Amino acid sequence: MNVMVNVRVALRALLANKLRSFLTVLGIVIGVAAVVALLGVGRGATASITDRVASMGSNLISISAQRRFGPGMSSGTSVSLYFSDYESILKNIDGIASVAPVYSSNFTVNTSSRTSNYEVTGVTPNYLDVRSYTIAEGRFVSEEDYLSNKQVVVIGSQISTDLFEGLDPIGRKLKIKSVEFTVIGVFESSGSSSGMSSGDNIIVVPLSTGYSKLFGSNAMSGGKQTLSSIYISAASADTVDQVISDTELLLRSNHALTLNDDLPFSVSSQAQALETLSEVSGTLTAFLGAIAAISLLVGGIGIMNIELVSVTERTREIGLRKAVGATRKAILFQFLVETMTLSILGGVIGVLLGSLIAMVFTWTGMITAKVTADVITLAFFSAVLIGLFFGIYPAFQASKLRPIEALRYE
Amino acid sequence: MIEVKDVYKIYKLGDQEVHALDGVSLKIEDGEMVSIMGPSGSGKSTLMAILGCLDIPTSGSYFIDGQEVEKMSEDKLANLRAHKIGFVFQQFNLLPRTSALENVMLPLQYDGLNAKMRLEKAKEALEIVGLAERMYHHPNQLSGGQQQRVAIARALVNEPAILLADEPTGNLDSRTGAEIIAMFQKLHRERHQTVVYVTHDSFTARHTERVIHIADGQIKREEMIAEPLIAGVAHRPEDGNNGSALDKQTGKKKEK
Repeated sequence: MNVMVNVRVALRALLANKLRSFLTVLGIVIGVAAVVALLGVGRGATASITDRVASMGSNLISISAQRRFGPGMSSGTSVSLYFSDYESILKNIDGIASVAPVYSSNFTVNTSSRTSNYEVTGVTPNYLDVRSYTIAEGRFVSEEDYLSNKQVVVIGSQISTDLFEGLDPIGRKLKIKSVEFTVIGVFESSGSSSGMSSGDNIIVVPLSTGYSKLFGSNAMSGGKQTLSSIYISAASADTVDQVISDTELLLRSNHALTLNDDLPFSVSSQAQALETLSEVSGTLTAFLGAIAAISLLVGGIGIMNIELVSVTERTREIGLRKAVGATRKAILFQFLVETMTLSILGGVIGVLLGSLIAMVFTWTGMITAKVTADVITLAFFSAVLIGLFFGIYPAFQASKLRPIEALRYE
Repeated sequence: MIEVKDVYKIYKLGDQEVHALDGVSLKIEDGEMVSIMGPSGSGKSTLMAILGCLDIPTSGSYFIDGQEVEKMSEDKLANLRAHKIGFVFQQFNLLPRTSALENVMLPLQYDGLNAKMRLEKAKEALEIVGLAERMYHHPNQLSGGQQQRVAIARALVNEPAILLADEPTGNLDSRTGAEIIAMFQKLHRERHQTVVYVTHDSFTARHTERVIHIADGQIKREEMIAEPLIAGVAHRPEDGNNGSALDKQTGKKKEK
């Protein structure tokens, strides 16, 4: 009784029952593909969030006004961040490499052929240093542009493609709220397709030009120019915490708040944001893991079902094989080879299908899915082990029967 | 030669003990053709399963060619079933969706023969039963008689010392049944094959040299037939008086 004969017996049995073999494989394929695709997409989502936050610049501290909702307040009242806050930070806070004030608002942007709505951000020349963007073509807003309210604009690569359809955008005109601007530079594509901080979808103008030509009264509060955010780049990672607490104190004094009042601004570092996000993504991963486990369980039940349904016929077959001289070892080996063939085939197809689904997610640009080796290993081996167990266990039981009992099994 | 000594087979049904075999002893020599006859529930199929090593007795001993069966390991038993015994079932028990040829090759898979040898032997066995031209048919494309002939070919393919058949004509009409019995007679005559079959029908039983009558798990009587009927030539008597002496003894009604 050699191994090759056993393998041939098993493969012949599989081919003789094509539908049953197919259904068993299908059960495994679905289980494995679900886990691979789900975990791949989940990991991809987590990774892209974390990457994006990390790419916003090291030592970055952001200050923004917090909308406050509370008893006795009309909803949505906010305390504004003033341009003067920026000036006082620049003057009073130590341990700072660079400070960049920002005002953002949505405007209609049009070229001769296209009209679209975008967020337009007014910045100072040092915005580039603080936010670690790079310029692919042309130049960034210069000191001169800023001081003399030049009508110039730097755009993201995606916007360049959208508005100018592949033409070189440098020197071309576009209109923001009917005010004409000249494109002087394009940001380097960051590779990610969407998101709050990606350099691909931003439009940047000198802050001074923004105040005078675009933002109008919306950017004014109590006769003072307001800001959406102030970005601070700390001189080093060690000074970040000191800069945050100094800035908070300064803002309290600027806005006449005591230490007992709630600070209406959020002053947070990238490190803190990353910490929060990694907590969130941990929860997300656990949640996806739970869903994946359910998929695997459902797949496993499918496998069990198919295997158990075929038990009656297989029990009689086992009885017959024993009656014509098969040893118990030969029977078990046959079923081992049969189920291993089905499980591994199902596992491989499942991994391929799952990866394909993940790729479709990536291609459509929804999420850059990350199908990693550990995900594949987990899904593949869980399903294969379930398949093996439920394939062999009934055979093991049946092989213990005397041939006459197995033959009578209904 | 096979020999059974004082074999009991006892099933427990709840509190009750059922003696399917109640102290059976018998001896069958090489080259004999024997039928075991009895009404349903007489224990004849149980005896057959024990003779075929498909089941083990509760007590008593069983020898095949001097080897005591109950002392054998599982693997030795499997080996015995592979080489000494060919078994034909009432329900044929062919693997569905599998060609006649592959069904016949089934016992050879456990025999260590190479592929060419297996194919040759299986074809040879199918020729013996006259189904060489239908070897690639699946069981559902064959008539009952043809399926039983495939099963006989499967039983023969290992050239067993003993060919055992449990009600081989039970699922067949009388004409097809006669063909199967004729097949056994031919194997016996031309190849000196030891053949033992079980039947509940005295007409079928009388095609052998010896009829062992079994009832209530015990052998009641053995009868030597000087001139066994020739299958396909002999006609089933219609008056119900053929072999009447036997039927009076067993008290069984004759079937038409």
